[in-house]
Amino acid sequence: MRSLPFFPEEATAAAREVDLMFGAWLGISLFFTALIAVLIVVFMVRFRRRHPDEVGKSEEMGPWLEIIWSAVPLFIMLAMFFWGARLFFVQHQAPPGAVEYWATGKQWMWKFEHPNGAREINHLHLPLGQTVKLTMTSEDVIHSFGVPAFRLKQDVNPGAYTRVWFQPNRVGTYHLFCDQYCGAEHSRMVGSIVVMSAEDYAAWLAGGPVGGQSPVAVGAQLFQSLACYTCHEMGPGWMARGPSLQGVYGHQVPLAGGSSVLADEAYLRESILLPAAKVVKGWQPIMPTYQGQVSEEQLIDLIAYLKSLGSAPAMGTGAVNPPGTSSPMEGGPAGSMPASPSAPPAGGPRSK
Amino acid sequence: MNSSDTTSAELALDRPSYLHDGYGWKSWLLTKDHKRIAILYLISITVFFAIGGIFAMLIRLELLTPEGDLVQAATYNRLFTMHGVIMVFLFLVPSIPATLGNFLVPLMIGAKDLAFPRINLISWYIYVLAGIFILWALIHGGVDTGWTFYTPFSTHYSNGYVVSTALGVFIAGFSSILTGLNFVVTIHRMRAPGMTWFRLPLFIWSHYATSLIMILGTPVIAVTLMMVAVERALNLGLFDPRLGGDPILFQHLFWFYSHPAVYIMVLPGMGVISELIAAFTRKRVFGYTVVAFSSMGIAVLGFLVWGHHLFVTGESVYAATVFSLLSMLVAVPSAIKVFNWTATLYEGSVSYETPMLYALGFIGLFTIGGLTGVMIATLGIDLHLHDTYFIIAHFHYVMVGGTIMAYMGGLHYWWPKMTGKLYPVFASRLSALLIFVGFNLTFFPQFILGYLGMPRRYWEYPPEFQVWNVLSTAGASVLGVGYLLPLCYFLYSLFYGKQAGANPWGAKGLEWATTSPPPTFNFDYPVVVDEEAYEYAPDARAVARQEAHSA
Repeated sequence: MRSLPFFPEEATAAAREVDLMFGAWLGISLFFTALIAVLIVVFMVRFRRRHPDEVGKSEEMGPWLEIIWSAVPLFIMLAMFFWGARLFFVQHQAPPGAVEYWATGKQWMWKFEHPNGAREINHLHLPLGQTVKLTMTSEDVIHSFGVPAFRLKQDVNPGAYTRVWFQPNRVGTYHLFCDQYCGAEHSRMVGSIVVMSAEDYAAWLAGGPVGGQSPVAVGAQLFQSLACYTCHEMGPGWMARGPSLQGVYGHQVPLAGGSSVLADEAYLRESILLPAAKVVKGWQPIMPTYQGQVSEEQLIDLIAYLKSLGSAPAMGTGAVNPPGTSSPMEGGPAGSMPASPSAPPAGGPRSK
Repeated sequence: MNSSDTTSAELALDRPSYLHDGYGWKSWLLTKDHKRIAILYLISITVFFAIGGIFAMLIRLELLTPEGDLVQAATYNRLFTMHGVIMVFLFLVPSIPATLGNFLVPLMIGAKDLAFPRINLISWYIYVLAGIFILWALIHGGVDTGWTFYTPFSTHYSNGYVVSTALGVFIAGFSSILTGLNFVVTIHRMRAPGMTWFRLPLFIWSHYATSLIMILGTPVIAVTLMMVAVERALNLGLFDPRLGGDPILFQHLFWFYSHPAVYIMVLPGMGVISELIAAFTRKRVFGYTVVAFSSMGIAVLGFLVWGHHLFVTGESVYAATVFSLLSMLVAVPSAIKVFNWTATLYEGSVSYETPMLYALGFIGLFTIGGLTGVMIATLGIDLHLHDTYFIIAHFHYVMVGGTIMAYMGGLHYWWPKMTGKLYPVFASRLSALLIFVGFNLTFFPQFILGYLGMPRRYWEYPPEFQVWNVLSTAGASVLGVGYLLPLCYFLYSLFYGKQAGANPWGAKGLEWATTSPPPTFNFDYPVVVDEEAYEYAPDARAVARQEAHSA
C-alpha cells in the first residue's frame, strides 16, 4: 500500500500561497464546524426531553446574537475574498519578460511549441526558474490546462486564446490534466510538465525533438505562401489593398464606422478567419476568409510573426495608406516585444 | 390497503381519508387531490432516484481501480451524464416541493387544496413525459455530454442522444414552473383566516422563495437547451466560433438557471429542517423573521452569482471579482440559518426521534458543504480546485448531505400523517446513522482527492489516487444500504405499522390538527388561526406583559 497522499507537491511560489490560503480556510472551517457540533451535542444532552409533555422555553434574546453571527462570518469572508482576489489578479497578469510558449489542445492531446520551434506532444519541458507565459487555444471543444503542482487551471477554448503563466521553482515531473470534460478519452488527455535545470533544458533542446524553425520564422514563410503579402506588403512601391501590418500588434486600430479595437491576438485571429467582422477604417472588406485553410498551429505561427513586426517602426510610406486616410499607426513600436528572446530578429523573408 | 385500515377517528366521523376516497387506477391517475398527486410524485421520483443511484454505484465501482476496466470510457461518460441528469432534473428539483410541498402547503395554511388542482395534476403528467423522453434517450444509448451540456461538445461533437435528453429537461422545466406558480398563488390567496404572513410555518416561506426561483429561472434553461437542440439540428452558429458564435455564452445561460436551481434544491430542505427542529425541541425557531427573510435573500442573491462557475473560462477578472464577492454574500443567509437552528436547541425540549437525527445530520453536513462552498468562491483557490473532485464533494455535501437528508427527515416526520402508520423505530434510527456514516465515508475522501488534483469525469486516474477512491466506493456501499432500509420499512409500515393517530410527535402546526391520514378536503371544520407559528409555550414577553397588566 502506498503512503496516503494528502497534499500535492508545490512547484511554484503561487502554489505555496494557495496552500496558505487554503490552510487558513481549513482552520476557520474546522473552528466553525467544531463549534456547531459541540453546541449541538451539549444542547442535545443538556436540554434533552425529560418527560413526554415537556415543551421548550420560548425566550426572545434580542437581535444582538443574530447581528454577531451575521457580521463575524461576513468579515471573515470579506478578508478571504480580498486575499483570494489579489492572488487571482497576480495569476492573471504575466510579469514582463515572461517567455512565450504555445499550446494547442485537441481531442485528446496537448501540442506544445517552444520559443525556438521545438514541438512536443503531451509533455512540456521547461527550464527551472523561467517565467513562462503559455498562450493556448483549442482545435475542437473546450479543454482545460490544469497542473495541480502549480495550483493552476485555465480553460482552453476553441476560437480564442487564453493565457496562463507560472514560474516553476522545483525540478520534477508534474501531472498535466485536461480538467474540462472533452469527450470519450477525456481521462487520457493527460501529460506531464517536466521542470529541468537550465543546463539540462538546453541539452534537451539540443538533442531533443527539434522542430527546426521558430514560430516567427514559420509565420514569415506562411505570410508568403498564403500570399498575405500581396495585399499587406510593407515594401515601397506596392499598391496595397489592405492595411500595413507593421507594428499593428498591441495598438488601437480605427475601424470603419468610427470605433476602434485593440489589435491583440484575438483580433488578429478574427481578422484572418472572419475578415469582414471588423474592417479597418478606409479599407474595403475584400479579404477572403482563411477559415479551414490554416490550422490552429499555423495561426499561432502567423500571429507570432505579426507580433514580431511590432518591433519594426511603422513606415510612413505612401504605399501603406490608401488615399484619404491618415496613418493608422500611431505610437510606433512601443509596448510590443519580440515573441521571445530566442526568436530570430523580426521581419521574415521579403519577396523582394 | 383495505377498508379495515381506516382509523377510529375516521369511523367516528363517518367519512373516508384521502387514501380511501375512491379505489382503482382511475381514482389515482385522474385525481385532483394534492395529497394523492404528492403520492404519485413520491412513487415516480423514487423510481428515478433508484435509477440514478444504480448509475452512481456503477461509477463508484469503475473508480475502484485506476485503470478503466469495468466499463468502457464511452459507457462511463454516459453513466455520469445520466446520473447527473436524472438526479438533478428528475429527482432533486422536484423532490421536496413536489412531494412534501404538494402534500403540505395546503394543509399548513389551512386550505382544502392548491389553487389550481387540475394544473397540479397536469404538472405530474408533464414530469412523467419528461421522464419518458430521458429514459428513451437512455435506452437508445444515452448521452455523453455531462449534465451540463457544455458547447461546442454537445452541439458539434457528441454522438449521444443530446436532443431528446435536452427536450426531456425542457419539458421537466414546465412541471417545475407550474408547481411554482401553483404554490405562489395558493400561498397568496388561500391562507385560512388569521394565517398572516408572519404566522406561516417556515416551510411555507422556503417554498414561496423556491417557487419564485422556479418561475423566474426555469424559462432560461428551457431557452438555453432549445438553443442547443436548434444548433445541433440547423447549425446556426450560436455557440460555434467558426461561424462567429461563442461557446462560453452557453455557460453563462446555463448557469444563470442552474445556479439558482441549486437553491431550488436546497431551500425546501431548509424549510423542512426548520419544521423538524421546532417540532423536536417543542420551541419556536430562534429568530423566525430572520430565518424567513434569509430564504428570500438567498432566492434573490442566488440569481447574481452564476459567474463563479466560469472563473477559469477566461471570464474578465473584474466580472470574476464581483461574482466572487456576491458568492460570499449569499453564504451569509445560510450561515444565519445554521446558527439559528443551533440556537433553537438552547432551552428546548430536545428529543432524539428519527426525523430529528436526520435534521441534526443535515446541519452538520450542510455546514461542511457551505464552508467548502465559500472556499471555492475564493478566487485564488478556485484556480486550483475548479473541475476537480473537490467540487464533486462540495456539491454532494449540499445536495445529498443537505437536500436528501432533509427529504429523508421530512419523509420520516410526515410519513405518519401521509399514511396514518408508524414505522419501526430502531430500523429508522439505524438508517439515519448508516446514511450519515456512509455519506461521509463516500464524499469526504473526495475533498482530499480534489485537493490532490484529481479531475472530475475521469474514467482512469493516476494510481496514487487509488486509496481515497477505494474508501469512497466503500462508503457508497454503506450509503446504498442506508437508502434501501427506509424503502423496506416504509413499505412494511403500510401493512403492519401501528396506527399513528393525528399527532404522534406532539407537534404544532395545522397539518397535525387534522386526522392521519387527512380527509380529501383536509379539515372537517372551518380553520381559523389565532396563534403564532410554533407556539409551544406562551411568549415570555407576552406572559410578562399580561402579568404586569393584571398586577
